[in-house]
Amino acid sequence: MQSTAHDFKHNVDDALADPNLQDSLSKLKVGFSERRRQAAERLPEFEALRDAARDIKNHALANLDFYLEEFERKVAGLGGHVHWAPTAADARRIIADLCRSVGAKTVAKSKSMVSEEIALNDHLEALGIAPIETDLGEYIIQLRHEPPSHIIAPAVHLTKDQVADTFLEHHRALGFTKRLTERNDLVAEARHVLREKFLKADVGLTGANFLVAETGSSMLVTNEGNADLSNTLPRMHIVLASIEKVIPTLEDAAVLLRVLARSATGQESSSYTTLNTGPKRPDDLDGPSQYHVVILDNGRSSVLGTKMQDMLRCIRCGACMNHCPVYGAIGGHAYGWVYPGPIGAVLTPQLIGVEEAGNLPNASTFCGRCESVCPVRIPLPNLMRHWREREFERHLTPRAVRQGLALWSFAAHRPKLYRRLSGLANRLLALFGRAHGHYRTLPLAGGWTRFRDLPAPPAGGTFHAQWARHGGARTRP
Amino acid sequence: MSSSSSVSSPRPRRVALFVTCLVDLFRPSVGFAAIKLLEDAGCTVEVPPLQVCCGQPAYNSGDRASARAIAAQVIDAFEGFEAVVAPSGSCAGMLAHHYPGLFDDDPPMKARAENLAGRSHELVSFLVDVLAVKSVVARHDGTVTYHDSCSGLRELGVKDQPRRLLESVQGLRLTEMKTPEVCCGFGGTFCVKYPEISNAMVAEKSADIAQSGADTLLAGDLGCLMNMAGKLQRLGSPVRVRHVAEVLADMAGLAAIGEPEAKR
Repeated sequence: MQSTAHDFKHNVDDALADPNLQDSLSKLKVGFSERRRQAAERLPEFEALRDAARDIKNHALANLDFYLEEFERKVAGLGGHVHWAPTAADARRIIADLCRSVGAKTVAKSKSMVSEEIALNDHLEALGIAPIETDLGEYIIQLRHEPPSHIIAPAVHLTKDQVADTFLEHHRALGFTKRLTERNDLVAEARHVLREKFLKADVGLTGANFLVAETGSSMLVTNEGNADLSNTLPRMHIVLASIEKVIPTLEDAAVLLRVLARSATGQESSSYTTLNTGPKRPDDLDGPSQYHVVILDNGRSSVLGTKMQDMLRCIRCGACMNHCPVYGAIGGHAYGWVYPGPIGAVLTPQLIGVEEAGNLPNASTFCGRCESVCPVRIPLPNLMRHWREREFERHLTPRAVRQGLALWSFAAHRPKLYRRLSGLANRLLALFGRAHGHYRTLPLAGGWTRFRDLPAPPAGGTFHAQWARHGGARTRP
Repeated sequence: MSSSSSVSSPRPRRVALFVTCLVDLFRPSVGFAAIKLLEDAGCTVEVPPLQVCCGQPAYNSGDRASARAIAAQVIDAFEGFEAVVAPSGSCAGMLAHHYPGLFDDDPPMKARAENLAGRSHELVSFLVDVLAVKSVVARHDGTVTYHDSCSGLRELGVKDQPRRLLESVQGLRLTEMKTPEVCCGFGGTFCVKYPEISNAMVAEKSADIAQSGADTLLAGDLGCLMNMAGKLQRLGSPVRVRHVAEVLADMAGLAAIGEPEAKR
């Protein structure tokens, strides 16, 4: 999809002014984090499992070539095919060729963030192949021509009323002429419409939560069962996944599953956990006759072996954004590309360039709540700081920030000069702020005083001036 | 006034106060409150004169070279003290968790940074966890709510310590916000680089503070306190804002943050 990450500040203004979005976000902020907290509390070994999950992913990343090749061998042995896609364009071409090879008119898709990353739907539509999103949230935003705003709850930015209007507009032609108001009725109507499409689809395309090297299986979790229809009914099943999804064994998958759902939604496990292991076998009652796995790199391998490698541990649970106060204020669309929230602030500069997405790792208070809930303990604030350092090195940091920093740094290196300057600032701020105790406006402090008052210091001088006056200052030992 | 608890070590500890640049410039009383609390707990407190700032403005803006130079200066200034104590979880967290990583390519400096890291503490957790202070002698009439500043909470585990000491303050009743652990939106330079997002965050925090019913907001970091005090004042809220050390040191007779001093 076309990035608007460079226009982050404008996106933020729009998000903050959108009452529907703010209404939706106010619910998300409480719901997800509370359910995750309760789920973690119910499992005494949860913290130990997070360590184990981190270690599994670290091991897989340290031996990524080995496990990817092992996975490929296993898939081939089952009669399936692995396709390597170094870039997004390669992945689009491979998938389009596969679809055309069976004359596909429609593709039933279950939720896949990687398909958003490679802008697959637009590409298929341009080729006359209709992609049908079968995850309820994805289906809603497909109808509205919007990108997902959350990696596990793509339509979380919408209110129920907005969904009702969207369904009425798009389902009217199918004979559904009543505007629904109950959540269950909306779900039932979507199910009815989608069921028809499942049955007609020529190709099923799914993402994967994990690729298991030991067995050649792709593993997928959903709460709607839509993936199971996407991958069993059509005659061709295409799995689209990125390189870091591979893990060694089913045993490892079991550990990761235990932290995944709890971190994501607070469930002990998702409603459906499906393993796809090759195409339909002779004795199977159903399943696809062709099984393809498209594995995308798209710039990920270049962070292997660097300080940024930790970002590849991500298992896409969404906990970081559910707990992020910045995401909670602006929602996912403001981030401007596919992956929002803290993990988006780390991944996006890697995948589409820090020139385009430089605002994202800067728009964080480093409050650390994301890292504190990440099931695989990705040090998200540290990784954001790494991007800020890359930007500073390349002079991408805004000029005003650089100049301010240079001045401040010059003084901070010279304690005597600093004392004189801070003493002067303190006296002026105290003097002119004396009447009210705070400033409503102050030259050069507009960023602060636009939204809040600036407390003035009390009279009497800086701490160091007062301490010296009291004769307290002693020299260092 | 003295702490009612006995200190485990009979020898007074030689402690250096890291004042922090915000306390120095905007709220000197927090520094004096810290000194009083430390002395009451049996410490000898010194204020090394060469200290300025911990370097976070540079560090968090990606200016690693400046952050490193400032860290080296801080390491020099605090050499030889048993403990370095800051009335801020953010600045103490910088010393305790981030300095060593700045010197990965300089083993001798890294060793010194690690040594400083091991001696660096946030004020209230130092009182409770290291000096085993169980109570203070102080009075504050009213209902307070306590905001858990992010670095103190998540980098240094400051959560129960201030609440335990506040329990011993006479006349004080503690009431919790719904989400005391959610960031107030300060974030250092974040609050002026992304003022609209910061405003949304501090507005939500202000609503939570108001909903708690407290007449006073306390926290352990002046940056967060100035942000929240400034927003509460802009909103016309009657809630007063103070650093927790001022209340624990029985110095809450001072004008609250952002309030005019009483006319003399």
